[in-house]
Amino acid sequence: MSDIADRVKKIVVEHLGVEESKVVDAASFIDDLGADSLDTVELVMAFEEEFGIEIPDDAAETIQTFQDATKFITEATES
Amino acid sequence: MFDLTGKCALVTGASGGIGGAIAKQLHAAGATVGLSGTRVEPLEALAAELGERAHVLPCNLSDAEAVTALPKQAIEAMGALDILVNNAGVTRDNLFMRMSDDEWQSVIDINLTSTMRLCKGVLRGMMKSRWGRIINISSVVGATGNPGQGNYAASKAGMVGMSKSLAYEVASRGVTVNCVAPGFITTAMTDKLNDDQKDAILKQVPSGRMGDPEEIAAAVVYLASAEAGYVTGTTLHVNGGMAMI
Repeated sequence: MSDIADRVKKIVVEHLGVEESKVVDAASFIDDLGADSLDTVELVMAFEEEFGIEIPDDAAETIQTFQDATKFITEATES
Repeated sequence: MFDLTGKCALVTGASGGIGGAIAKQLHAAGATVGLSGTRVEPLEALAAELGERAHVLPCNLSDAEAVTALPKQAIEAMGALDILVNNAGVTRDNLFMRMSDDEWQSVIDINLTSTMRLCKGVLRGMMKSRWGRIINISSVVGATGNPGQGNYAASKAGMVGMSKSLAYEVASRGVTVNCVAPGFITTAMTDKLNDDQKDAILKQVPSGRMGDPEEIAAAVVYLASAEAGYVTGTTLHVNGGMAMI
Protein backbone atom coordinates (compact mmCIF):
# COMPACT_ATOMS: atom_id res chain seq x y z
CA MET A 1 0.00 0.00 0.00
CA SER A 2 1.23 3.44 -0.86
CA ASP A 3 2.47 5.93 1.66
CA ILE A 4 -0.49 8.22 0.90
CA ALA A 5 -3.00 5.45 1.53
CA ASP A 6 -1.33 4.67 4.86
CA ARG A 7 -1.48 8.27 5.99
CA VAL A 8 -5.10 8.65 4.86
CA LYS A 9 -6.03 5.44 6.64
CA LYS A 10 -4.39 6.63 9.85
CA ILE A 11 -6.43 9.85 9.78
CA VAL A 12 -9.68 7.96 9.10
CA VAL A 13 -9.03 5.44 11.87
CA GLU A 14 -8.16 8.15 14.38
CA HIS A 15 -10.97 10.49 13.47
CA LEU A 16 -13.82 8.02 13.11
CA GLY A 17 -12.58 5.56 15.71
CA VAL A 18 -13.02 2.55 13.42
CA GLU A 19 -11.01 -0.67 13.07
CA GLU A 20 -8.22 -0.39 10.51
CA SER A 21 -9.50 -3.53 8.77
CA LYS A 22 -12.80 -1.76 8.00
CA VAL A 23 -11.05 0.95 6.00
CA VAL A 24 -11.03 -0.78 2.63
CA ASP A 25 -10.98 0.90 -0.77
CA ALA A 26 -14.73 0.82 -1.28
CA ALA A 27 -15.57 1.81 2.28
CA SER A 28 -17.93 4.80 2.32
CA PHE A 29 -17.18 7.20 5.15
CA ILE A 30 -20.87 7.77 5.83
CA ASP A 31 -22.50 4.44 4.92
CA ASP A 32 -19.80 2.03 6.12
CA LEU A 33 -17.67 3.88 8.65
CA GLY A 34 -20.38 5.72 10.57
CA ALA A 35 -19.35 9.26 9.74
CA ASP A 36 -21.89 12.07 9.80
CA SER A 37 -21.74 15.00 7.37
CA LEU A 38 -19.71 17.08 9.80
CA ASP A 39 -17.19 14.24 10.17
CA THR A 40 -16.63 14.29 6.40
CA VAL A 41 -15.92 18.02 6.55
CA GLU A 42 -13.42 17.41 9.36
CA LEU A 43 -11.79 14.55 7.43
CA VAL A 44 -11.26 16.83 4.44
CA MET A 45 -9.79 19.47 6.77
CA ALA A 46 -7.43 16.86 8.21
CA PHE A 47 -6.40 15.69 4.72
CA GLU A 48 -5.68 19.29 3.71
CA GLU A 49 -3.39 19.74 6.67
CA GLU A 50 -1.65 16.39 6.44
CA PHE A 51 -0.83 16.77 2.75
CA GLY A 52 -0.53 20.56 2.50
CA ILE A 53 -3.16 20.76 -0.22
CA GLU A 54 -6.38 22.64 -0.68
CA ILE A 55 -9.51 20.63 -1.41
CA PRO A 56 -12.22 22.89 -2.87
CA ASP A 57 -15.81 22.37 -1.67
CA ASP A 58 -17.03 20.90 -4.97
CA ALA A 59 -14.17 18.38 -4.95
CA ALA A 60 -14.76 17.58 -1.28
CA GLU A 61 -18.31 16.53 -2.12
CA THR A 62 -17.00 13.85 -4.50
CA ILE A 63 -14.82 12.26 -1.81
CA GLN A 64 -17.20 9.64 -0.45
CA THR A 65 -14.99 6.58 0.02
CA PHE A 66 -11.48 5.77 1.19
CA GLN A 67 -10.46 5.16 -2.43
CA ASP A 68 -11.93 8.53 -3.50
CA ALA A 69 -9.75 10.20 -0.90
CA THR A 70 -6.50 8.43 -1.78
CA LYS A 71 -7.10 8.97 -5.50
CA PHE A 72 -7.82 12.67 -5.10
CA ILE A 73 -4.87 13.25 -2.80
CA THR A 74 -2.48 11.25 -5.02
CA GLU A 75 -3.46 13.39 -8.00
CA ALA A 76 -3.36 16.62 -6.02
CA THR A 77 0.09 15.97 -4.61
CA GLU A 78 1.50 14.91 -7.98
CA SER A 79 0.51 18.12 -9.75
CA MET B 1 -16.00 35.52 38.48
CA PHE B 2 -15.34 33.65 35.23
CA ASP B 3 -11.76 32.84 34.29
CA LEU B 4 -10.77 33.18 30.63
CA THR B 5 -7.02 32.97 31.18
CA GLY B 6 -5.29 31.56 28.11
CA LYS B 7 -8.27 32.13 25.80
CA CYS B 8 -8.04 34.38 22.76
CA ALA B 9 -11.06 36.49 21.80
CA LEU B 10 -11.84 38.55 18.72
CA VAL B 11 -14.35 41.38 19.20
CA THR B 12 -15.74 43.29 16.22
CA GLY B 13 -16.97 46.81 16.67
CA ALA B 14 -14.59 47.20 19.59
CA SER B 15 -14.39 50.95 18.96
CA GLY B 16 -18.02 51.34 20.01
CA GLY B 17 -19.57 51.56 23.46
CA ILE B 18 -20.80 47.98 23.80
CA GLY B 19 -17.85 46.43 21.90
CA GLY B 20 -15.34 48.34 24.00
CA ALA B 21 -17.01 47.21 27.22
CA ILE B 22 -17.06 43.60 25.99
CA ALA B 23 -13.35 43.73 25.11
CA LYS B 24 -12.50 45.24 28.50
CA GLN B 25 -14.39 42.62 30.47
CA LEU B 26 -13.05 39.69 28.45
CA HIS B 27 -9.58 41.11 29.01
CA ALA B 28 -10.24 41.59 32.72
CA ALA B 29 -11.30 37.94 32.91
CA GLY B 30 -7.85 36.99 31.59
CA ALA B 31 -8.41 36.63 27.85
CA THR B 32 -6.14 37.95 25.13
CA VAL B 33 -8.26 40.24 22.98
CA GLY B 34 -8.21 41.20 19.31
CA LEU B 35 -9.87 44.57 18.85
CA SER B 36 -11.49 45.02 15.47
CA GLY B 37 -13.30 47.98 13.98
CA THR B 38 -13.08 50.49 11.16
CA ARG B 39 -11.74 53.41 13.18
CA VAL B 40 -8.15 52.73 14.17
CA GLU B 41 -7.67 55.55 16.68
CA PRO B 42 -10.20 54.44 19.29
CA LEU B 43 -8.97 50.86 18.90
CA GLU B 44 -5.40 51.91 19.60
CA ALA B 45 -6.52 54.00 22.54
CA LEU B 46 -8.35 51.00 23.97
CA ALA B 47 -5.37 48.71 23.36
CA ALA B 48 -3.12 51.19 25.13
CA GLU B 49 -5.53 51.32 28.06
CA LEU B 50 -5.62 47.52 28.30
CA GLY B 51 -1.84 47.12 28.00
CA GLU B 52 -0.66 43.56 27.47
CA ARG B 53 -2.79 40.92 25.74
CA ALA B 54 -4.48 43.44 23.41
CA HIS B 55 -4.11 43.54 19.62
CA VAL B 56 -5.53 46.05 17.16
CA LEU B 57 -7.00 44.42 14.05
CA PRO B 58 -8.70 47.05 11.86
CA CYS B 59 -11.27 45.71 9.42
CA ASN B 60 -13.97 47.17 7.22
CA LEU B 61 -16.85 44.73 7.53
CA SER B 62 -18.41 45.83 4.26
CA ASP B 63 -15.30 44.53 2.46
CA ALA B 64 -15.86 40.79 1.98
CA GLU B 65 -12.18 40.00 1.39
CA ALA B 66 -11.09 41.89 4.49
CA VAL B 67 -13.70 40.04 6.56
CA THR B 68 -12.51 36.66 5.29
CA ALA B 69 -8.92 37.59 6.13
CA LEU B 70 -9.72 38.82 9.65
CA PRO B 71 -9.79 35.45 11.49
CA LYS B 72 -6.40 34.55 9.98
CA GLN B 73 -4.95 37.88 11.06
CA ALA B 74 -6.37 37.38 14.54
CA ILE B 75 -4.81 33.93 14.83
CA GLU B 76 -1.46 35.28 13.60
CA ALA B 77 -1.57 38.07 16.17
CA MET B 78 -2.86 36.07 19.14
CA GLY B 79 -1.77 32.51 18.35
CA ALA B 80 -5.31 31.10 18.50
CA LEU B 81 -8.94 32.12 18.35
CA ASP B 82 -11.23 30.58 20.96
CA ILE B 83 -13.94 33.21 21.33
CA LEU B 84 -15.60 35.26 18.58
CA VAL B 85 -17.88 38.15 19.47
CA ASN B 86 -19.75 39.54 16.47
CA ASN B 87 -20.73 42.88 17.90
CA ALA B 88 -20.27 45.33 15.03
CA GLY B 89 -23.47 46.73 13.66
CA VAL B 90 -24.87 49.70 11.81
CA THR B 91 -28.29 51.27 11.43
CA ARG B 92 -29.69 53.05 8.40
CA ASP B 93 -33.22 53.71 9.51
CA ASN B 94 -36.02 54.61 7.17
CA LEU B 95 -39.70 53.96 6.82
CA PHE B 96 -40.19 50.66 5.08
CA MET B 97 -41.98 52.25 2.14
CA ARG B 98 -39.11 54.64 1.61
CA MET B 99 -36.26 52.25 2.27
CA SER B 100 -33.83 52.03 -0.65
CA ASP B 101 -32.21 48.80 -1.79
CA ASP B 102 -28.90 50.27 -0.70
CA GLU B 103 -30.15 51.02 2.83
CA TRP B 104 -31.44 47.47 3.05
CA GLN B 105 -28.42 45.75 1.57
CA SER B 106 -25.70 47.64 3.42
CA VAL B 107 -27.26 46.85 6.81
CA ILE B 108 -27.75 43.17 5.91
CA ASP B 109 -24.19 42.96 4.57
CA ILE B 110 -22.48 44.51 7.58
CA ASN B 111 -24.66 43.09 10.35
CA LEU B 112 -25.56 39.65 9.04
CA THR B 113 -23.34 38.59 6.14
CA SER B 114 -20.10 39.65 7.82
CA THR B 115 -21.19 37.70 10.91
CA MET B 116 -21.70 34.62 8.74
CA ARG B 117 -18.27 35.06 7.13
CA LEU B 118 -16.50 35.47 10.45
CA CYS B 119 -18.27 32.45 11.93
CA LYS B 120 -17.14 30.40 8.93
CA GLY B 121 -13.61 31.67 9.29
CA VAL B 122 -13.20 30.72 12.94
CA LEU B 123 -14.89 27.30 12.89
CA ARG B 124 -12.00 25.26 11.57
CA GLY B 125 -9.75 26.09 14.50
CA MET B 126 -12.52 25.77 17.07
CA MET B 127 -13.63 22.37 15.76
CA LYS B 128 -10.07 21.10 15.77
CA SER B 129 -9.48 22.18 19.33
CA ARG B 130 -12.93 20.90 20.38
CA TRP B 131 -13.62 24.18 22.17
CA GLY B 132 -15.08 27.41 20.93
CA ARG B 133 -17.48 30.18 21.80
CA ILE B 134 -19.32 32.28 19.26
CA ILE B 135 -21.41 35.11 20.67
CA ASN B 136 -23.45 37.19 18.27
CA ILE B 137 -24.82 40.49 19.46
CA SER B 138 -28.38 40.68 18.23
CA SER B 139 -30.98 43.18 19.44
CA VAL B 140 -34.33 43.28 21.16
CA VAL B 141 -35.78 44.70 17.94
CA GLY B 142 -34.86 41.47 16.16
CA ALA B 143 -37.55 39.85 18.30
CA THR B 144 -40.05 42.69 18.65
CA GLY B 145 -39.61 44.73 15.46
CA ASN B 146 -39.30 48.50 15.46
CA PRO B 147 -40.79 51.07 13.12
CA GLY B 148 -38.17 52.50 10.78
CA GLN B 149 -35.81 49.58 11.36
CA GLY B 150 -37.02 46.92 8.94
CA ASN B 151 -33.48 46.36 7.68
CA TYR B 152 -31.83 46.38 11.12
CA ALA B 153 -34.50 44.16 12.70
CA ALA B 154 -34.21 41.69 9.80
CA SER B 155 -30.44 41.52 10.20
CA LYS B 156 -30.69 40.97 13.95
CA ALA B 157 -33.46 38.35 13.69
CA GLY B 158 -31.42 36.70 10.92
CA MET B 159 -28.50 36.41 13.32
CA VAL B 160 -30.66 34.46 15.76
CA GLY B 161 -31.81 31.90 13.19
CA MET B 162 -28.32 31.56 11.81
CA SER B 163 -26.82 31.10 15.27
CA LYS B 164 -29.32 28.37 16.16
CA SER B 165 -28.62 26.49 12.93
CA LEU B 166 -24.89 26.67 13.46
CA ALA B 167 -25.29 25.71 17.11
CA TYR B 168 -26.94 22.46 16.02
CA GLU B 169 -24.11 21.66 13.64
CA VAL B 170 -21.15 22.20 15.93
CA ALA B 171 -22.49 21.41 19.41
CA SER B 172 -20.96 17.92 19.39
CA ARG B 173 -17.54 19.51 18.84
CA GLY B 174 -17.57 21.59 22.00
CA VAL B 175 -18.41 24.81 20.17
CA THR B 176 -21.34 26.86 21.44
CA VAL B 177 -23.12 29.56 19.48
CA ASN B 178 -25.35 32.02 21.30
CA CYS B 179 -26.79 35.50 20.96
CA VAL B 180 -27.03 38.36 23.37
CA ALA B 181 -29.91 40.72 22.60
CA PRO B 182 -29.46 44.14 24.19
CA GLY B 183 -32.40 46.41 24.77
CA PHE B 184 -31.82 50.15 24.99
CA ILE B 185 -28.24 50.69 26.05
CA THR B 186 -26.49 54.01 26.54
CA THR B 187 -24.18 54.28 23.50
CA ALA B 188 -23.44 56.62 20.61
CA MET B 189 -26.19 54.81 18.69
CA THR B 190 -28.86 55.69 21.26
CA ASP B 191 -27.40 59.17 21.97
CA LYS B 192 -28.78 60.13 18.57
CA LEU B 193 -32.31 59.89 19.98
CA ASN B 194 -33.91 63.10 21.26
CA ASP B 195 -35.35 63.42 24.80
CA ASP B 196 -38.93 62.79 23.67
CA GLN B 197 -37.86 59.57 21.96
CA LYS B 198 -35.91 58.49 25.03
CA ASP B 199 -38.87 59.20 27.32
CA ALA B 200 -41.15 57.19 25.07
CA ILE B 201 -38.73 54.28 25.14
CA LEU B 202 -38.24 54.36 28.89
CA LYS B 203 -42.01 54.07 29.41
CA GLN B 204 -41.68 50.59 27.89
CA VAL B 205 -38.81 49.54 30.12
CA PRO B 206 -39.91 48.15 33.49
CA SER B 207 -36.47 48.91 34.94
CA GLY B 208 -37.11 52.57 34.15
CA ARG B 209 -33.61 53.25 32.84
CA MET B 210 -31.38 52.52 29.90
CA GLY B 211 -28.83 49.74 30.26
CA ASP B 212 -25.08 50.15 30.51
CA PRO B 213 -22.64 48.59 28.02
CA GLU B 214 -21.09 46.76 30.99
CA GLU B 215 -24.36 44.91 31.53
CA ILE B 216 -24.12 43.51 27.99
CA ALA B 217 -20.45 42.69 28.44
CA ALA B 218 -21.21 40.66 31.58
CA ALA B 219 -23.62 38.49 29.59
CA VAL B 220 -20.95 37.95 26.95
CA VAL B 221 -18.33 36.97 29.51
CA TYR B 222 -20.72 34.40 30.94
CA LEU B 223 -21.46 32.85 27.54
CA ALA B 224 -17.71 32.80 26.77
CA SER B 225 -16.89 30.97 29.98
CA ALA B 226 -16.26 27.27 30.47
CA GLU B 227 -19.21 27.29 32.87
CA ALA B 228 -21.59 28.08 29.99
CA GLY B 229 -20.52 25.00 28.03
CA TYR B 230 -24.03 23.51 28.16
CA VAL B 231 -25.70 26.70 26.90
CA THR B 232 -25.99 26.81 23.13
CA GLY B 233 -28.42 28.14 20.53
CA THR B 234 -29.97 30.50 23.00
CA THR B 235 -30.54 34.23 23.04
CA LEU B 236 -29.84 35.99 26.30
CA HIS B 237 -32.06 39.08 26.47
CA VAL B 238 -30.60 41.95 28.47
CA ASN B 239 -33.26 44.62 28.25
CA GLY B 240 -34.52 45.67 31.68
CA GLY B 241 -37.71 43.70 31.15
CA MET B 242 -38.65 45.60 27.99
CA ALA B 243 -39.45 42.34 26.23
CA MET B 244 -39.85 39.26 28.41
CA ILE B 245 -39.19 36.51 25.89
